[in-house]
Amino acid sequence: MTVAPLTDLPLWPPINLDRDPLVPLDAAERHRFSGPVTRVRLPTDTAAWLVTRHADVRQLLRHPDFSADLTRPGFPLLRRLTPAAFGSRQGGFIRMDGAEHSRLRRMLTAEFMIKNVRRIEPLIRQTVDRALDGLRDAGPPADLVTHFALPVPSMVICHLLGVPYADHDFFQERSRTLIDRDAPPERVQRHAQELRDYLHRLVETKVAAGDRSDDLLSRLARDRVDTGELAVDELVGMAVLLLIAGHETTANMIGLSTLLLLRHPARYAALGEDPGHADGLVDELLRYLSIVRSGLPRLALADVEIGGQLIRAGEGAIGVLSLANRDPGAFDRADEFDPYRQAQQHVAFGFGVHQCIGQPLARAELRIALVELVRRFPRLRRADTDGRLPARDASVVFGLEALPVTW
Amino acid sequence: MTGEAAVRVRVDRDRCCGSGNCVVTAPEVFDQGDEDGLVLLRFAEPAPDVVDRVRRAVYLCPAGAIVLDDPPPRATRG
Repeated sequence: MTVAPLTDLPLWPPINLDRDPLVPLDAAERHRFSGPVTRVRLPTDTAAWLVTRHADVRQLLRHPDFSADLTRPGFPLLRRLTPAAFGSRQGGFIRMDGAEHSRLRRMLTAEFMIKNVRRIEPLIRQTVDRALDGLRDAGPPADLVTHFALPVPSMVICHLLGVPYADHDFFQERSRTLIDRDAPPERVQRHAQELRDYLHRLVETKVAAGDRSDDLLSRLARDRVDTGELAVDELVGMAVLLLIAGHETTANMIGLSTLLLLRHPARYAALGEDPGHADGLVDELLRYLSIVRSGLPRLALADVEIGGQLIRAGEGAIGVLSLANRDPGAFDRADEFDPYRQAQQHVAFGFGVHQCIGQPLARAELRIALVELVRRFPRLRRADTDGRLPARDASVVFGLEALPVTW
Repeated sequence: MTGEAAVRVRVDRDRCCGSGNCVVTAPEVFDQGDEDGLVLLRFAEPAPDVVDRVRRAVYLCPAGAIVLDDPPPRATRG
């Protein structure tokens, strides 16, 4: 069998600045990448298998012989990392496998389960209301991303973790660097270290004070660090992960969802008249917008066949969530946005044991944010209708930089 | 279908990753432990009108921690 030279392989993820922000890939890109498992070239000049069909992505992400540990040799990296980045993985269980992963994840599963998220819904509602007051006072017109999409999840996760929201400029800039594929590796390394140092000081204070506060980091410090079960550095790594995952993702979903609903004014209005269908709408938004667009990388630890393609031990594979979520084999009229469809089987939160631990929180935030936005701003519309909206194309989590609105 | 043996649900707490999809899909059948957030079974033999949603929970479970045992076909009476 002849092996195609690396330079002949199509680049994944494709660079395309003209794409509509609501469309994960345009028609030509869809034609090139969707369907059976294919070989692609990553920005790090390595080859990997691209897995795009819904059933194949499920199989890949659930398979125990595929590793999420990016420190393993041969792991398919979407961007270069400094050697130091490999050393600071402590506590970052999203990049761990097996027992190492479940030991840390299981310290958090109860925190984010649906019955606990229901308990904090009043807090989410309050936060949403306060942010909407801010939006009202800032305009019209005003930027919905700055005044609404970003503050809501950021304030909520700060409250839950016990991180001062007053520091949000500091940690938002750093988390953005950490998920920016175009950021120079040295800057990524420096910002990662600064974020760790910041959270380290915070955690040390909580540990030293024997803090009785009821936030998540204080509780973990008390119940797990004090008992010797968890190292401070591990708690810091978990805090970094939760802080980034807790606001970047939901913030971008709120911004893109608003843009989508404003393009369908009847849908926007319907949400105000029938907030009961908001749960279904949220899952359809998650499916349709699929903000983790570059996909989830994995390394094969054994020879495994995925979608008819043998992937050999030591080879990398990328599970493309956005294409799986537009797979006509899994969703009728997959390219249509239909808030009344059964969309729950989407893989926007990933699949397998790494599936998003905060999904009940993300769903609740998105639902409450959108329902309240429609209720308070029934006449919301875009302030600029021409030109392309600035978007974060190189971010691991796709989203809008800004969404100017008026009312 | 009345009189047929019921389907049985089994859950594997070692595999469970606490995503909570089952609780959203079939809350009558599944719960999560207050302390560990891992799956708990409320009923091992779900009522017939819930079985479709339990099947869906099996499909949606990211960790493959839920198994549905269909009843063995009944022997034909001789």
